Amino acid sequence: SVQAHKEGKPQKLMEMNGHTPALHSYDYDLIVIGGGSGGLAAAKEAAKYEKKVMVLDFVTPTPLGNSWGLGGTCVNVGCIPKKLMHQAALLGQALQDSRKFGWQFTEEVKHNWMTMTESVQNYIGSLNWGYRVALREKKVTYENAYGEFVGPHTIKATNKRGVEKLYTAEKFLIATGERPRYLGIPGDKEYCISSDDLFSLPYCPGKTLVIGASYVALECAGFLAGLGLDVTVMVRSILLRGFDQDMANKIGEHMEEHGINFIREFVPIKVEQIEEGTPGRLKVTAKSTNGNQIIEGEYNTVLLAIGRDSCTRKIGLDKVGVKINEKTGKIPVNDEEQTNVPYIYAVGDILQDKLELTPVAIQAGRLLVQRLYAGSTTKCDYVNVPTTVFTPLEYGACGYSEETALEKFGEENIEVYHSHFWPLEWTVPSRDNNKCYAKIICNIQDNERVIGFHVLGPNAGEITQGFAAAMKCGMTKEQLDSTIGIHPVCAEV
Amino acid sequence: GKNEYDLLVVGGGSGGLACAKEAAQFGKKVAVLDYVQPSPQGTRWGLGGTCVNVGCIPKKLMHQAALLGSALKDAQHYGWNIAQPVHHTWSVMAQAVQNYVKSLNWGHRVQLQDKKVKYFNMKGSFSDPHTIRGLTAAGKETVITAENIVIATGGRPKYPMHIAGALEYGITSDDLFWLKESPGRTLTPFVFNVSLECAGFLTGIGLDTTVMMRSIPLRGFDQQMASLVTEHMESYGTKFLKRCFPTRVEKLENNRLQVTWKNTDLDTEESDSFDTVMWAVGRAPDTQSLNLERVGVKTNPETGKIIVDASEATSVPHIYAIGDITEGRPELTPTAIAAGKLLAQRLFGQSSELMDYDNVPTTVFTPLEYGCVGLSEETAMQCYGSDNIEVYHAYYKPLEFTVAERDAAQCYMKMVCLREGEQRVLGLHFIGPNAGEVIQGFALGIKCGATYPQLMKTVGIHPTCAEEITKLHITKRSGLDATVTGC
Repeated sequence: SVQAHKEGKPQKLMEMNGHTPALHSYDYDLIVIGGGSGGLAAAKEAAKYEKKVMVLDFVTPTPLGNSWGLGGTCVNVGCIPKKLMHQAALLGQALQDSRKFGWQFTEEVKHNWMTMTESVQNYIGSLNWGYRVALREKKVTYENAYGEFVGPHTIKATNKRGVEKLYTAEKFLIATGERPRYLGIPGDKEYCISSDDLFSLPYCPGKTLVIGASYVALECAGFLAGLGLDVTVMVRSILLRGFDQDMANKIGEHMEEHGINFIREFVPIKVEQIEEGTPGRLKVTAKSTNGNQIIEGEYNTVLLAIGRDSCTRKIGLDKVGVKINEKTGKIPVNDEEQTNVPYIYAVGDILQDKLELTPVAIQAGRLLVQRLYAGSTTKCDYVNVPTTVFTPLEYGACGYSEETALEKFGEENIEVYHSHFWPLEWTVPSRDNNKCYAKIICNIQDNERVIGFHVLGPNAGEITQGFAAAMKCGMTKEQLDSTIGIHPVCAEV
Repeated sequence: GKNEYDLLVVGGGSGGLACAKEAAQFGKKVAVLDYVQPSPQGTRWGLGGTCVNVGCIPKKLMHQAALLGSALKDAQHYGWNIAQPVHHTWSVMAQAVQNYVKSLNWGHRVQLQDKKVKYFNMKGSFSDPHTIRGLTAAGKETVITAENIVIATGGRPKYPMHIAGALEYGITSDDLFWLKESPGRTLTPFVFNVSLECAGFLTGIGLDTTVMMRSIPLRGFDQQMASLVTEHMESYGTKFLKRCFPTRVEKLENNRLQVTWKNTDLDTEESDSFDTVMWAVGRAPDTQSLNLERVGVKTNPETGKIIVDASEATSVPHIYAIGDITEGRPELTPTAIAAGKLLAQRLFGQSSELMDYDNVPTTVFTPLEYGCVGLSEETAMQCYGSDNIEVYHAYYKPLEFTVAERDAAQCYMKMVCLREGEQRVLGLHFIGPNAGEVIQGFALGIKCGATYPQLMKTVGIHPTCAEEITKLHITKRSGLDATVTGC
C-alpha cells in the first residue's frame, strides 16, 4: 500500500473527517507511539510475525534543553545510567574496603564526574545505535517524530524541523511513558534539574539538594553522596511511598548514617540564582509542612525528583476517544492492555494501577503482540513482580509489604520472619554490623505461603530475582526452610 | 551404668556444632570434642572446623580481596583517580582474615557456653559404643560416656605421598590461609574446586600462579561450565599446565622449590622453580584415630568415609555421622549444618524429618564465580536421554562490565529442563559476578518444582544479571546464537 506522505493536504483531511479508511488501505498493521522499553519490545515482536510496524519516538527537550536518542527512559535517563552511577559509587566504597584487604595506594582518591559521565553516555549512545540497527534489521520503520492522533486510525508525526506527515494503522500502541514533574514554584524550570538532566550533566553537580522521597530521589542522592558530594534530601512527608515502610525507614537511616542530610517535613517555595556557573549557586527557600517555619539553603544544584507525569495529555487522545484518568493522566486498560477504544492499546508507565518498571512494560508489550498476531492467550502476570531500589544499601522486594499484608489478611493470619545479617565481605573492613536485613511475610491460612519477600543488603537485585521465581512457584515457608543455603553468601540468610 | 551425656559430638565443625547447639535447645546434656591435629607444616587453629578456619570463610574473604583488586581497575573507568602503582600486601590481608577467623572461634566458644554445651579441646577415640576416650595435647586423658554419639570429624587435605618431597616441602589449604608471609610464585597441582578458587585469588592479588592438572577440571561439575571457568582464569592471568602431573619436589639452595613433572601430551619431563607448592589433590576423612573398628562402625574401604543411612545412622546403634566424613554426601557446610540440626530434632525433638540432599545449590568462588543447582547437562542427558531434555542458554554481559571495559566472554548461563509435559527445571548453571546470590533464590524455586513456563512468567528485575535467567529462550538444539542483545 502507498504511504500517505501528504503534508496536511485538504484531501487527506476530508478522508479523516468521518470516513474510516478501509481495512486493506492502512499504511501499517501497527504503529507504536513511544520508542521506550515497552514500545520497542512490542514493535520488534510484531515484526517477527511479519507485520508492518512503525515506531514513532520523540524526546521533547527538558526545560534546560536536554534531549536524547532512541530507547526511552530506561536506557537514556533511567535504569541504565542510574545503575552505572550507582556502581561508580559502590566502587568508591570498594576502594575504601580494599585497603583493609591489603591493597595499598595513595590516601587521597578523588572522583572525576566528567570521566564517569562520558563513559556512561558513550555506553548509552551504543544502546541508542543498537536499537536503531535492531529496528532496521527487523524491518520496523522508525521515525524520530512526535506522534499524536488526529482522527480514527490516523496519526500525525511531526519531526524536529516541524515537518508533518500523516500515517494510518489498523492498530495502535501507546507507550509514551512519563517525564519528571516540576513543582510549579518560582525558579523551578529555570534553575532546577531533573533526572532527565542529571545523567548527562556536563559538569559536576557539586553541593546538591534533592527534592523528593521517591526511589529516584533516594537513588540519586545515594550515588551522588557515594561519589563524594555534599548531598541533602528535602522530604515532604514519608520516604518511598508505596513501599514497605519498615524497609523504607531502614534505607533512610542508613543514608543518614553515611552522611546524607535529610530535611524532613519541608517543601520548597522558591529557587533563586545567586551566581551563574557550571555549577552555579542557588538559594532555596522552603516552608515547613506543619507550622510557619521558613528555612533557606544554598546549593550548587537542585535536583527535582517529586514524581513523574504521563505523556498522555498532548497526543490527541480526545480526538479518538481514548479515556484517561483526568487527575493522574494515566490510561486505564483491561487485562489485555486494551484501552476503551478497541484498536488502541497501551503499555508501560502510562498504565493506571500498574507498576512502572521496564521489565513489566517489556513483558506486557511482547505478550500483547503475541495475542494480537500469534494466536496466544497468555496475559501479562502482574502479580508478584519483583523490584529493587538501588540505594547505597540496596533493597529488593517481591510481593506484599508488611502493612499491605496486615491490611489484607489481618494480623492473626500472617507471620513475619526476619533476620539481620552481616555480609562476610563487610567483616574485614568493619562495615555496618547489623544493618543488612531480610524478612519474609507468610500467609498462615495458606500453608504459610510466602507472600512477601524483602531484603536489604548488597546485590539485593541478584538475590531477589530467584526468590521472585520461587514465589511464582508458590513457595511456602517449609520449602524455604528445607532449601539448603549456599555458603557463604548473603542470600543464604 | 548411666551415661554422662545425652549427646556427645566428636568434631566441632559446621555439622558438629549445629547438631550440638540444636540438641541443647531441647534441654539435653550435650558435649562437644574438638581437636585440630597440626598440619605437617605445623599449622593449627581454633574451634569451628574447616569452614571457619581453613575453608569457606577465609577463602571467600581472600576471594573478595582479589575481587577488590579488579574493582580498583574498574573504578578508574568510572571516574575514580587512583595513582598507580597499586600493590597488594599479603600480610595486611592475612592478618585481617586471621583476626576475623579468631573472632569466630571465640564466638563459637561463647555460643557453646551460652547454650550450656560442654566443650573439650581433646582428640576423641572410641573405647566402646557409648564411651569416648579424650586426649589433650599434653596427653591428659578423660573418659566420656554418652547415650548418643555423633561423629563429625570432617576431612583433611591429602598429600600425594608417592611424590618425593611432597610432604616435606608442600603446603595445603590448611596452611595457605595462615601464612604470615606471601606465598609468592605458587604452583598448585590440583583436582578440586578449593584449589581453583585459591589459584584464582592468588592471581587476583598479583601473585604468579600456576595450576597443574592431569585431566579434567572440577570433576563432578558440569564440564561445559568447568571449561568456561578455567578459560576465564586463563584470560585473567592464571597459568595452566594441562595434562601434566608432578613427579618430584626438591628444595633449592635459596629455599625455593624445584618441581619436576611429566607432560603427558608431549611425553616429556619438565621442571621449574616456585616459592610455594600447594597440594589440592583431595581430602581424606579424619577417621584414622577414631578407633572405629573397635566399635564396628562401617566405612567405605575405598574412601574411608563412614557409611550412613538416610537418617545419618551408622552401622552401630546410637552412633551417627554427619558432614564431610559421610559417604555419598556433598562436602558442603550448609548440608552438614542442616543434617546436624535435623538429626538433633529427630533424636530429641519428636521430629521425623529426614535431610533432603537433592538439589543442593553450590557456588565455586573462582574469579568469575560459578553457581549451580540440580543436574549438570551430562547427568541430565544420562538420566533422561538427550531427546527428552531441553537446554536453554545465553551469553550475557553484566551492565557493570560495560563502562569498565571488561571482557564478558565467559559470562554464561544455562537451564536444563525436561522437554515434555510441564517442562520441569532439572538444573540451573550460572557463571558471573555474585553467582551465589543469583542462584540461591532459584534453588528455592527448584525445590518448589519450578517449571520453565513458571520462570518465564517471572518478571525480571532490571538491571541485574539474574534477570537474564527469566529471559532464557534460545535452546542449544536450535543452534541459534545465544548472545543476549540489548533490552
